[in-house]
Amino acid sequence: MDISQLFYDLFFDYTLRTVALGSAILGIVSGALGSFAVLRKQSLLGDAISHAALPGIVIAFLLTRSREPVILMLGALIAGWLATLFMLKVIRTTRIKDDSALGLVLSVFFGMGLMLLTFTQKLPDATQAGLDKFLFGQAATLLQRDVVTMAVIGALAIALLMTFWKEFKLITFDAEYAASLGYPVRGLDVLLTTLLVIAIVIGLQTVGVVLMSAMIVAPAAAARQWTDKLKFMVILGGLFGAIAGVSGTLISGSAEKLPTGPVIVLCMSVIVLFSMLFAANRGLIWNWFRNLKNRRHLRAQAVLSDLNTLAMQHPNEARGHSSAVLRAMSTNPDGVSLALSQLKEQGYAQELAKDAWALTQAGLDEAGKTSEKEA
Amino acid sequence: MAVNAIDVTDLTIAYKDKPVLWDVDMEVPSGTLMAIVGPNGAGKTTMIKSILGLIKPAAGQVLVYGKPYAEQRHLVGYVPQRGSVDWDFPTSVLDVVMMGRYGALGWLKRLGASERAAALDALDKVGMKSFAQRQISQLSGGQQQRVFLARALVQDAQLYFMDEPFQGVDATTERAIVTLLQELRSAGKTVVVVHHDLQTVPEYFDWVTMLNVRRIACGPVGDVFTDQNLRKAYGGKVAFLSAENGKH
Repeated sequence: MDISQLFYDLFFDYTLRTVALGSAILGIVSGALGSFAVLRKQSLLGDAISHAALPGIVIAFLLTRSREPVILMLGALIAGWLATLFMLKVIRTTRIKDDSALGLVLSVFFGMGLMLLTFTQKLPDATQAGLDKFLFGQAATLLQRDVVTMAVIGALAIALLMTFWKEFKLITFDAEYAASLGYPVRGLDVLLTTLLVIAIVIGLQTVGVVLMSAMIVAPAAAARQWTDKLKFMVILGGLFGAIAGVSGTLISGSAEKLPTGPVIVLCMSVIVLFSMLFAANRGLIWNWFRNLKNRRHLRAQAVLSDLNTLAMQHPNEARGHSSAVLRAMSTNPDGVSLALSQLKEQGYAQELAKDAWALTQAGLDEAGKTSEKEA
Repeated sequence: MAVNAIDVTDLTIAYKDKPVLWDVDMEVPSGTLMAIVGPNGAGKTTMIKSILGLIKPAAGQVLVYGKPYAEQRHLVGYVPQRGSVDWDFPTSVLDVVMMGRYGALGWLKRLGASERAAALDALDKVGMKSFAQRQISQLSGGQQQRVFLARALVQDAQLYFMDEPFQGVDATTERAIVTLLQELRSAGKTVVVVHHDLQTVPEYFDWVTMLNVRRIACGPVGDVFTDQNLRKAYGGKVAFLSAENGKH
């Protein structure tokens, strides 16, 4: 399938358009709220909530015998919420620490969900078919009204995030200070966590309970690489999530048997990888270059100081020294010739004759300044 | 005007079943610069946090200018320990300082020009105005401490609580902070500081409260900062300090 056909379908093919729109919404909401989750060190909470949603979905089905996404999402919401409360209770009342409590809640709820799922699938009637698709998501089942529901709930979550922006920022940065100012930190905490649960629940049908936490953590992690402002981090997180959602949908739509959810998560991983490597200031490549530059600078400084020492041993005498001497003085002999050519470029050193190096007047001044600073 | 800035009566706080503060009384007159000293685990930080309503006491009463804290919140500024937040948070120095205005601003209102001006003014007072746009992860320890001080200053409070403001700062910053504290006192404010360096207590402060789960002493430095009280608070481990103190 060629690209132009794909874009044509994106706008005119009902299924593809619906799925792409749904994935974009899920990406925006999870990216924006995920940013707060990551900054609040709650990345794993997202994982626990999404896994814990599974029993909620199955129980909602068992109780109503309906596969209406709204009903199943409500079940997921309640289960995700209960899991969070249960976990906080465990942390507060027992000696079990956060990470263990998360693992505990995740496995207990998810195990229960799998058990209920197996049980449901053995039921004689066929209405339960497809419930297991919530494990890894099945974007193709999205209908237009599902997307409308997602859009409304998502817009509500984003609107609440914007309304309480100042307060959420404060409790994320310094909860105790917020409490001293009189803010009901516990209540704001519950509200923000509820918004996170909503963001997760919105994505379950598309991405599934197992991979959904990636859509919470990954866009935020990628966005953090590019900016030092909370506002831009949240906007970028939403944007990255949306890009991953739409491109994942397009890629899986262009090939047979490529599941949408995992492809979306893969697209997101590519964005994260790219951001980790290439982002300015925080990226690995950037850091590598900066370190290289620092190392070269330090090496040049060391050689400069060595040349100065040699010059002091022979006062009143403009005399060159061979690089072999400098190599013997250096802790890193291999870098000496590079450092010498660097110093020459900067005008600090000169080659009086072949392999006879000495400092220029500027070099002597510079060495004097450096040793003064050290003293 | 005889009302105390802080009146703590019979304050008891327990963590699980271990008492952190036991039946503590403390009176702080208005307009004093007071240090809270005591060994590690003496309950100094707990004391401050319970006055600020951050920790629920098991028993006892706290009054701020004669009324419960919840009614007097607008009169109180707080400088938490510098290490209590993640300084890699994506925000600028100016943003952090403006947080000090959130309480007065109230819900749903956006920050405006007057908050900005107040924040810049406070940054100027702590010598950090040129750092306003700096990302907070690029600050040194002393600069972080000054930012937290500026955030408390924009609260424009009558009573300040500072939790170890001298922790890990260099001599210049320490001097700058002390000068600032003394200016606050001259302006009639009350400042309560959790402090670790016993040597500087007589020089920096005029009141002192000595804690070790129980209250050991509370009063003017000249009256209560004695070898005997120090030994009671620190259990004889400060022999060299009290010798030093005797010279004053």
